[in-house]
Amino acid sequence: MSGLLGKKLGMSSVYNEAGNRVPVTAIEVGPCRVIRVKSVEKDGYSSLQLGFGVVKEKKVRKPELGYYKKHNLDLYAHLKEFRFPTDITYKVGDEIKADFFTEGELIKVRGTSKGKGFQGVMRRHGFGGVGGTTHGQSDRLRAPGSIGASSYPSRVFKGQKMAGRTGGESVTVSNLRVMKIFPDKNIILVKGAVPGAVNSIVQLLKKRVG
Amino acid sequence: MFSLNELATEGQRNQFPNFKPGDHIKVFVKIIEGDKEREQPFEGDVISIRGSRESRSFTVRKISSGVGVERIFPFNSPKITKIELLKEGSVRRAKLYYLRNLSGKAAKIKSKVK
Repeated sequence: MSGLLGKKLGMSSVYNEAGNRVPVTAIEVGPCRVIRVKSVEKDGYSSLQLGFGVVKEKKVRKPELGYYKKHNLDLYAHLKEFRFPTDITYKVGDEIKADFFTEGELIKVRGTSKGKGFQGVMRRHGFGGVGGTTHGQSDRLRAPGSIGASSYPSRVFKGQKMAGRTGGESVTVSNLRVMKIFPDKNIILVKGAVPGAVNSIVQLLKKRVG
Repeated sequence: MFSLNELATEGQRNQFPNFKPGDHIKVFVKIIEGDKEREQPFEGDVISIRGSRESRSFTVRKISSGVGVERIFPFNSPKITKIELLKEGSVRRAKLYYLRNLSGKAAKIKSKVK
C-alpha cells in the first residue's frame, strides 16, 4: 500500500460545500524524501523507503549516516518502507509532497494510540462489570467475573481478557476523507479523528487499488 | 510552523455588527430548496455567545406562535449572509437562559437607555 509519513498537528473544523461544519485533523505530510527504491527485478517486490523529518548528524546511527553521505541526502529521523506499484517513476532523492493525495480521496491513517497505563477490564475490553449495586454487593462493580471453569481445565486459557497496559499500540483508521490540501504548506486536512497524540508520527496510506 | 488558528480566519469572517447577549437581531440564513437558493430571516434575542475562535457560536431565541424557538449559529457559518442589529438590550448576565422559564411580559428584555 503506497503511502507517506506525516505528523499530526491537531484538530479543528472546516465548512463543507453544503455549509455544514465538519471536524478535521490537520496533518503535516512530508515532504518525504525517497531514500531507497526497491524493484521487482532486484528485490522481488517494489517499494520505496521514505524519510521524514530532517535531523542533525549526531542523531543518526553511523551505518545510516554512511548511506546518506553516499547518496548525498539530508539526514532523516523517521524511515519507513511503503509498497508502491511496480511502475515506480521515483528516484532516490526525489521529494514526495502533500499533492500525492487528492482532495476528496479516502485514505487510511495509521498511528500509535495514546498510552492509557494499566487499565481494568471495563476500560480495556468493554466488560460490563458484575451485578448491581444493591442486595449487599459491595466491591464487585468493575470486576471481570469468572475467568474460567474449575477442575476441567484447571487452568486459565491463553488469551483470557484481563486488566493490563492499554493504548500505545498501532491503530489504523480506514476511509478518512481528505477534505483540503495546502500544497505550499504541505498540510492536509482529514475528516474525523486520527490515532495518537499531537506531534506524533502517522502513516498516511492510499487505499489499495483493485 | 503552521497554526491551527489560520484555519479559523480562513473561513471568510463576515463583517457582522458587534452584538451582545440581550440584543435583538435578525439573522439572514441561506437555505437550499431543491436547486433554488433563498434567504430566510430568523429574528429574535441573543441569549448566549459561547466558544472561541473557529468554534464560536451564538444562540437566538424567539417566540413563534406561542412556542419558544432557539437556533444556534456558528459565527463562521457560510450559511449566514447578513446580520442586522435591531435593538440593544439591557441585561446583567452573559447567558440569558432564565428567559426560558419566563413568558409574556416577564420575558421581555428592556432596551438600553442611551
